[in-house]
Amino acid sequence: MARIIVVTSGKGGVGKTTTSAAIAMGLAKKGHKTAVIDFDVGLRNLDLILGCERRVVYDFINVINGEASINQALIRDKNCNLLYILPASQTRDKDALTQEGVGKVLEELSKEFAYIVCDSPAGIEKGANLALYFADDAFVVTNPEISSVRDSDRMLGILSSKSRRAERNEEPIKEYLLLTRYDSDRVRSGEMLSLDDVQEILSLDLLGIIPESKSVLSASNAGIPVILDEKSEAGQAYTDVVARYLGEKRPHRFIDGKQGFLRRLFGGRK
Amino acid sequence: MLNTLSVLEFKSSTFFAPILILFNKDIAAIEQALQEKINLAPEFFRDSPLIVDLRELNKQNQDVDFVQITEILRKIGFFPVGIRGGNEQQNKQAHSLSIPIDTVREQGSPIIIGETHKQENIKQSPSQPEVTTAKEPIRPAAIPPVSAAATLITHPIRSGQRIYAAGDLIIMSQVSAGAEIMAEGNIHVYNTLRGRALAGVHGNTAVRIFCFDLQAELISIAGDYKTSEDLNKQMYKKPVQIYLQDHALIIKEIA
Ligand SMILES: Nc1ncnc2c1ncn2[C@@H]1O[C@H](COP(=O)(O)OP(=O)(O)O)[C@@H](O)[C@H]1O
Ligand SMILES: [Mg+2]
Repeated sequence: MARIIVVTSGKGGVGKTTTSAAIAMGLAKKGHKTAVIDFDVGLRNLDLILGCERRVVYDFINVINGEASINQALIRDKNCNLLYILPASQTRDKDALTQEGVGKVLEELSKEFAYIVCDSPAGIEKGANLALYFADDAFVVTNPEISSVRDSDRMLGILSSKSRRAERNEEPIKEYLLLTRYDSDRVRSGEMLSLDDVQEILSLDLLGIIPESKSVLSASNAGIPVILDEKSEAGQAYTDVVARYLGEKRPHRFIDGKQGFLRRLFGGRK
Repeated sequence: MLNTLSVLEFKSSTFFAPILILFNKDIAAIEQALQEKINLAPEFFRDSPLIVDLRELNKQNQDVDFVQITEILRKIGFFPVGIRGGNEQQNKQAHSLSIPIDTVREQGSPIIIGETHKQENIKQSPSQPEVTTAKEPIRPAAIPPVSAAATLITHPIRSGQRIYAAGDLIIMSQVSAGAEIMAEGNIHVYNTLRGRALAGVHGNTAVRIFCFDLQAELISIAGDYKTSEDLNKQMYKKPVQIYLQDHALIIKEIA
């Protein structure tokens, strides 16, 4: 049985797709067969970030409608043969996504894959709700600003009440915080919230802090997930996130540019 | 105990609270003994919820006034949230103080309505008994079953969620900005209250709101309300109780 991860936030532009691509690649690189699904019908860009946009033939909605098999639609990643992408449809209507259809696709993927990463669209509408409905784990992507934190809080309410696990009275979705686009300078100058500010409001398990980094843009322009850029801080931070998710203990870094300081601050913290 | 209606749902889980077993009805002696315990571990006991167990006293026919006990506990800084082993008179007193009684569970009351959709399930958790070891006279152990008059919630209430309780509402986790909690009875929040809290929504002016950390957007008792703008800055982030006096909302720090 696959573990289903939803990458969600409420707010747009916070780094969900960047994160989905990075952690899916990270899990695959660790030897886990992983599928990543783009739920953003009409605004697909996961395929761009993974550099497979020119190999898209069928998409998620074709599979739901029975116009293609899953194996026809899945695209194998060019950098890692354990990673597969199921792209979103750029042309279809959002209403083509149905709970029943999504459930069937996930069930079928579950037989073959160890992890399924669902890249959620922004908002709290149907697409976002379907992306989280079947999840086991949620990566709540948040930027250090009040509107993003508030939207994440809203999303957490939906995660705890509108998922399949909630409806079936099962153990709740495991919720993790991923603080992205973290700019230490702007935090220090008070323009942005600090980790502590965010945690005071959300109090979640912190999976990692991804620093604001130019390498993210160049990676997405190149169509290579930033996690493969081992020299970039964002890439290293995503590598840590995957390791922590898989159970490794690693100190949090990149929160202030200086790792020593960091360790002093967070060394004792989970 | 599960209710499969799509509108709401009951869940159960365990909620830990110390149990205070009384062996002596002398109020002054109780206060002194408690103060000594608190001095040993002030952080542990600060604003702790507490179940009062009167079985031993009643076995010895030492009749104690539960209102007095509650007053002294609150004065010292505890939050009494239950009574067990009380006699008829004490249970009646507990009931009038909206403190749940450990007896047979009644049916019905706790009602929780999900945010804006009918399909919503908000988890709620009446507690279940469990016992652990401890020192006298305070024994950490689990809370007894909360009577149906109180709704206990142990998970965070997030932005956009609404909770409604037909009786008292006890929340052990944070209430986010943008969340709304409502009760016909009292509201207790043993954590940070950032959202809106409305007690006595059917007009009961005797109910109160208690919280550990007041950062609310709005508080209301029986329709009299204050928004965060009107809240006294001095009470911000403080443990407080809020009640009505001559149609004025009084906010008092619990010291
Ligand atoms: N850590 C980061 N540093 C710099 N830019 C980032 C970072 N994470 C995301 N971005 C940029 O932010 C924009 C939105 O990212 P994206 O992953 O598409 O967000 P979402 O899927 O939540 O809408 C993109 O231009 C992306 O390059
Ligand atoms: Mg996206």
